[in-house]
Amino acid sequence: MSNAALAGLSDDLLFLTVVLYAVSMLAFAGEQAARRSRVVAASASQAVLARQAAAARTRAMAGAGGAVTYAKPPAPEAPVVRSSRAGQIGLALAYVGATLHLGSIVTRGFAADRVPWGNMYEFSSAVALTAVVAFLVMVATGRVDRGLGAFVMLPAVLYLGLAGTVLYTAAGPLVPALDSYWIKIHVFAAILSSGAFLLSGVVALLYLLRARHDGQVAAGRVPRFPLSMGASLPAASVLDRVSYAVIAFAFPIWTFAIIAGAIWAESAWGRYWGWDPKETWSFITWVLYAGYLHARATAGFKGTKAAWIGVAAAGALIIDYYVVNIFVVGFHSYA
Amino acid sequence: MTLTSSDVTDDATRLSTQPAAVGAAGPSRQLLAPVRRTWRQLTSMRTALLLLFLLALASVPGSFLPQRNINPIKVQEYLAAHTTTGPTLDRLGMFDAFAAPWFAAIYLLLFISLIGCLGPRIRLHAKALRTPPPPVPRVLTRMPASERWETGESADEVLAQARTALNGWRVVQRDGSLSAERGYLRETGNLLFHVSLVALLIGIALGALMGFKGTVLVKEGDGFANAILNYDDITPGRLFTDDRLVPFSFGLQDFRATYADSGAALTFNADLTYKAGVDAPSRPYDLRVNHPLVVGGAKTYLLGHGYAPTVLVRDREGNELEQTVVCLPQGPTVVSTCAIKVYDAAGEQLAFEGIFTPTTIQDPATNRVTSVFPAPNAPALTVLGFRGDLGVDDGRPQSVYQIDKTRLEPIDDGTPHKLVPGATWTMPGGGSITFLDTTEWATFQVTQDPGKLVALIAGTGMVIGLCLSLFVRRRRVWVRVTPSAGGPDGAGRTVVEVAGLARTGAEAFTAEFAGLTGRLRGPVTAPPLTQETT
Ligand code: HEM
Repeated sequence: MSNAALAGLSDDLLFLTVVLYAVSMLAFAGEQAARRSRVVAASASQAVLARQAAAARTRAMAGAGGAVTYAKPPAPEAPVVRSSRAGQIGLALAYVGATLHLGSIVTRGFAADRVPWGNMYEFSSAVALTAVVAFLVMVATGRVDRGLGAFVMLPAVLYLGLAGTVLYTAAGPLVPALDSYWIKIHVFAAILSSGAFLLSGVVALLYLLRARHDGQVAAGRVPRFPLSMGASLPAASVLDRVSYAVIAFAFPIWTFAIIAGAIWAESAWGRYWGWDPKETWSFITWVLYAGYLHARATAGFKGTKAAWIGVAAAGALIIDYYVVNIFVVGFHSYA
Repeated sequence: MTLTSSDVTDDATRLSTQPAAVGAAGPSRQLLAPVRRTWRQLTSMRTALLLLFLLALASVPGSFLPQRNINPIKVQEYLAAHTTTGPTLDRLGMFDAFAAPWFAAIYLLLFISLIGCLGPRIRLHAKALRTPPPPVPRVLTRMPASERWETGESADEVLAQARTALNGWRVVQRDGSLSAERGYLRETGNLLFHVSLVALLIGIALGALMGFKGTVLVKEGDGFANAILNYDDITPGRLFTDDRLVPFSFGLQDFRATYADSGAALTFNADLTYKAGVDAPSRPYDLRVNHPLVVGGAKTYLLGHGYAPTVLVRDREGNELEQTVVCLPQGPTVVSTCAIKVYDAAGEQLAFEGIFTPTTIQDPATNRVTSVFPAPNAPALTVLGFRGDLGVDDGRPQSVYQIDKTRLEPIDDGTPHKLVPGATWTMPGGGSITFLDTTEWATFQVTQDPGKLVALIAGTGMVIGLCLSLFVRRRRVWVRVTPSAGGPDGAGRTVVEVAGLARTGAEAFTAEFAGLTGRLRGPVTAPPLTQETT
């Protein structure tokens, strides 16, 4: 196949991926809505019971995330994961979508005769794939309920949609500064960790939603939209743990990515660190995640505060890639 | 049941060297008490967290405001455009944000906090490594995971099985009980990570104090010998002395660039011959982006390139002067500006402002020339002549790239003349200029950074430390066996109690613990008397 044909195929596959992810999101959302109505029906008919459960839940939350305090969870008040046709379809579509997504990235690499992460468009696409795959792996290994699917697929669709339109760049060669094997290592590590970080950011937001929802329920109020969505989410302690696990996975890789970047900068520009805006925001992101890991071990910062730090760190990551690349010109302004 | 935090601060359950939270200390009459309290405060987790945030926050302005160390011209432009806020920002050090006192204050405090917190933690961990796992607590059911059952096997048999099941753990047998522990590497990794952070700072400081950076422009056919005076621009570290410069020299034989059809650069190559010392043999080197020349502790990088047309100028009396003029590139198609000065011309001094265009097109209507491609496919030099006094006699330093026109008169009413290679413009009033051919120049950066290796080792230590710290799981398990009176048949029985403690990965520990007790109990056993895995 000619390079042009491969490039075309890559673009078509990306379009299909976005469509599949979008439908998958709708399917997940359908399952979510069905669960929510069940939960609401239950709590309406048994208000007293719900209040008791809520009280138990706050007790459990107080102990969650602590060093060794993990008591037996109170009677499972979280919605039972029932198999629903919509959810199964959503998951299947997500799998197929991720496979096509991978295909799109691989064909792009062949079309351009190089690693497929040489500009912002390719980079964003690969980050989105990492986030989706990380989520699917967590679902497959039973670490998290697929009910989160709608909340993961929504940003994935938006992100890919933006990448494919606003950031789109035709397949082409790299500028000389990027022609190094360190870039392959550096950018690959950055993609892996960024995908995971963005996923953890989404989960941290869901944690905050769930915690706020739980707080209202405990106070005897009926949460309104959007807080009402919290009812069908996994328990706050689970979301907290998932967000932590993903960050703990990504942080050493991000650290490595920064170091590999420094080695590359040293061989390309003659200095390993120069406080270029891109380097600075990678550093800020790194420091914030270090802060997150510290916060989880510091009395008074566990739970909600740590989650906010996780959200802020993911925000810094987004600034690092988009705000800095597009609005701030630095050494890295090739992409 | 729930374990409260006061239950887990004793020795049996302590699994990390994390500093305890700083409580509000009671009033004390001791003189040193406030100092000690401040120190405890400074080395606490809370302070570390706060300082980490301050560090992130303090890095923000430097990423949005122009910085002198990256682009001093941008800073000048900013100051010119913001006459009210600019000077205030400048006074606050916002244009050298990463060298500003407030930035240094934050990271120095953070590192003092870190070192202060590391000392006791290393001591504690060293002690933990030497101390066998603590004896079995009296009440095992108070542990987060515990199980109890009876078996017909003897106490010794059970203990032997437990030792096998706990293969790979650090196990201590005290009569009738086992204490086992695993995952010391977690804390080791954490300490390695934090120690490496300190080492990284040392490496960076070494480079900043003892390092050197210089840039030099070399034309094709010319050379460079590494000596301070030969540089165009240098930034030495505060403790750098000239005798630290690595002796070497190189010549630029040829500079080559290739471009894609779009004009995007594909490759840059500088063909050098270099000598690693005065008496060393001359060797060729292909210097490229990402492929610096390394001689001793000095690395030479290719920074930039541009064109240097060679011109032949004749004055009124026919004296000839050949010059190769460095032209400064102005954009992606390498339209370049040149300044040609002839000080020794007979009569009046001569000067030419030139525009060099590598792939030239000329607008037929306006006669303006420009370049459409960076490679020299159709080079032209368009010159504007001047006659008069170049203004060098008053001793003021002048840029070689600029012409002081205050005492110069334009020749031919300031009409530009486009010259292709070989073409000559004969000036009204005598004299001429000929564009002979095009050569190229390249800029090189030479750096010496004695802290680089330290920083690299520290970085490696950080990654290894992090992986250990985040992925190794610290666990403690106790097994107690007590012979019991036995069942109704009178046979001797043994009560087995197992309890476990995990500091991290508690969900996973539930399954691990179940697996462990499962292996201990074997396939056929009585149902547990109590079971309390949580
Ligand atoms: C230079 C600033 C610092 C950075 C970038 C930093 C970074 C980190 C990171 C990324 C972690 C999580 C990974 C791990 O467990 O190894 C961590 C953990 C830890 N840090 Fe720091 N740290 C810094 C300063 C400090 C200071 C000053 C202290 C002392 C108060 C400290 C005490 C700890 C402790 C006790 C842990 C383990 C937390 C746990 O048990 O989960 N760190 N640090």
